[in-house]
Amino acid sequence: MASLTDKRFNTRAGRVFDVVNVVVLSAIGALALLPFLYVLAGSFATELEITTRPFFLWPTEVITDSYRSILSSKIFVRAFVTTIAVTGVGTLVQLTLTALMAYPLSKIDLPGRRTILSLVVFCMVFSAGMIPTFIIVKNLGLLDTYWALILPAAINPFSLIIIKNFFQELPKELEESARIDGANEMRILRSVVAPLSKPVLATFALFYAVGIWNDYMSPLLYLNDQSKWTLQMILRQVTASATLTAEDMNTEVPPPAQGIKFAVVMVATIPVLLAYPFLQKHFAKGMLIGSVKG
Amino acid sequence: MAVATTVEDVDRGPLIKPEPPPQNRRNLWVTLVRYRWLFLLLAPGVVYFALFRFWPMYGAQIAFRNYIPFLGIEGSDWVGWDHFENFFTNPDFPRLLGNTLILAALSLFIAFPITIVLALLLNEVRQQVFKRTVQTLVYIPHFLSWTVVVSLTGLLFAVGNGPLWTLLNDVFGSDTNYLANPDWFRPLILLQWVWKNTGWGTIIFLAALAGVDQEQYEAAIIDGAGRWQRVWHITLPSIRSVVVVLLILQTGNILDTGFEQIYLMSNALNRSVADVFDTYVYFTGIQQGAYSYATAVGLAKAIVGLVLIFGTNWLAKRLKQPGIF
Repeated sequence: MASLTDKRFNTRAGRVFDVVNVVVLSAIGALALLPFLYVLAGSFATELEITTRPFFLWPTEVITDSYRSILSSKIFVRAFVTTIAVTGVGTLVQLTLTALMAYPLSKIDLPGRRTILSLVVFCMVFSAGMIPTFIIVKNLGLLDTYWALILPAAINPFSLIIIKNFFQELPKELEESARIDGANEMRILRSVVAPLSKPVLATFALFYAVGIWNDYMSPLLYLNDQSKWTLQMILRQVTASATLTAEDMNTEVPPPAQGIKFAVVMVATIPVLLAYPFLQKHFAKGMLIGSVKG
Repeated sequence: MAVATTVEDVDRGPLIKPEPPPQNRRNLWVTLVRYRWLFLLLAPGVVYFALFRFWPMYGAQIAFRNYIPFLGIEGSDWVGWDHFENFFTNPDFPRLLGNTLILAALSLFIAFPITIVLALLLNEVRQQVFKRTVQTLVYIPHFLSWTVVVSLTGLLFAVGNGPLWTLLNDVFGSDTNYLANPDWFRPLILLQWVWKNTGWGTIIFLAALAGVDQEQYEAAIIDGAGRWQRVWHITLPSIRSVVVVLLILQTGNILDTGFEQIYLMSNALNRSVADVFDTYVYFTGIQQGAYSYATAVGLAKAIVGLVLIFGTNWLAKRLKQPGIF
C-alpha cells in the first residue's frame, strides 16, 4: 500500500502544494528564531551599530562590553545566582510534593481517593484569585521570602493528574513482588516506581524549573524588598528604563545604554534554551502519555 | 480523544471495585493501619491544597466584608454585596469588560484558527526530518518568559533603530512609537501571543492527527478523492473533538487575559485599551490596597468562568459532541 500512499501526493497540484508548504513552514520556523538571533547579535555589537543598523545577524565588530558590564554589576550577579538557587530548590520541592501526592492517588482502592481527585479537578476550573492567595501568603509570613516563589504553585493539578495516570499504568507485577519481599509503600515508590517513571518525572521537573525561572508575577506580588529581586524583575527594570546609570546597576563598567538590554535578555533566555533539548526529548512523550486518551 | 480534566477521564485503571467504607470505629482503625504509608505520602499534598488552594477560597469571603488586615478575615465587618455593586456600577466596568472580550475574541477567532492551520500544514509534510525540525523551532518561544517576549518586542519596535519599526517605516511610512500607541496595543498583544503559543498549540492537534487510520486516506484515494477533499472529509473531522474540547476550555477562560503579558505591555499611555480584569485586580488590590473590592472583582470573574465552562460543556453534550465532564 506504500506506493498508493505516495501516489496521493504525486499529482501536479500535490507537488506544487508540497513545495509551497515547505517554503511556508521554513519561513515560520525562521520567524520563531530570528528575533532571538537578532538579540544575540546585538548583545555583541557596539552602540553605534545597534543604533544605526536596523537589522543584522552578525555584528561588524564583535565586542563583549555589554556582558562585561552586567557581570560586573553586583545587583545583576546576585539576582542571577539567586534565581538559579530558587529554581533548583523550588523544582526539587515542587516535583517531590507532586510525586508524593500522585503515588497514593494512583492506588484505586485508597479510601477517600475520589473525593480528593474531585477537589483537585475543582482547583483546575476555579481559583480564589490573586488577592486571597496574596493574603494567605502574607498571613503565613512568606512575604519577602523565596518560599513565596515556590510554595503557592507547588503542585500543579494538571501535572499531578498526568503523573498519577502514569503511575497507574505501570505494570503491577514489579510492585507486587517488592511487596512480597517486605518493602513498604515508601520503599516501593523510591525503588520501583520512581526509577520506572524517570522520563515523566524529568519532563515535569523541567516544566516546573522553566515555570519558576520565568515567573514574573510571584516576585512582583511577594517580593517588596528590591535586594531580593529575581532575574526576570531585573530584566524588566533594565529593558523598561530608557537610560541606566552605573549606580542603578551598581556596576564598575558603565552600562552601554542599548547593548545592556540585549545582553540581559540573552542571559535570561540562555538557561531555558540549554534546558530545551532535554525538555523536547521528553515532553511530547511525557505530555501525551497522560493528557490525551485516544 | 479528550483532554483529561475530570475524575471520569483520569480514572483509567482496571475496574477493581473499591472496598466498602468501614462501618465502625474499629474498621476505621483497620483502614488507617492498612493504608498508613499511603496516607503518610498523601499528607504533604493534602496540606498543600488545604493551605494554598482552599484556604484562599475560604478567604475569598472578604469580598463580602471590609477587610482590614488587623481584624483578620473573620473579624472584618460584613457588608454583603456592596463591593460587587460598586464594581458593576463603576464607569470602569464596561471598559474593562470590552477590553477583555476584545482580546478574547482576537485569541478565539484569529490565534486559534492559525494554530489549526499550522497543525494541518505540518501534518501534510512528508519529510519527517523537516517536520521535526520545524516543530522544534516553533515550540521554542513557548518556553520564553513574558518578560523576555515583551523585552524582545521593545527591542524589535524600538523607535529609530528597531528592525520591525524600520520595516514598517520603510514600507508604510509609519513612524509611531508602537509600544506607547493605544491603537497598536491589541495587534501587538496578538502578535506576541501568536509568536509564543502557536507552535506549542499544534501539539494536541498533531497528536490527534497521528491517530488517524492511514487506510482511510488510501480508501479515499481509491474513491478518487483529491487532496483537499481528504483534508475536508478525513483530517478535519478527526480533530473535531479536540477542537470542541479546546473551545470549551477557552470559553471558560474567556475572561482570563493572562496577567503577566498585559501587565508588562501596559503603560500610562495605553491604559484605556490595556486595562483588563486581571490587571485591574492587581492595581486596585495590591497597589491601592482595596483588598475586598479587588477580591470581589476576581471572584466575579472566576464565577463567570466556572458558569461558562459548565454551560459550554452542557451545550456541547446537547450537540452530541464529547464534552470534558
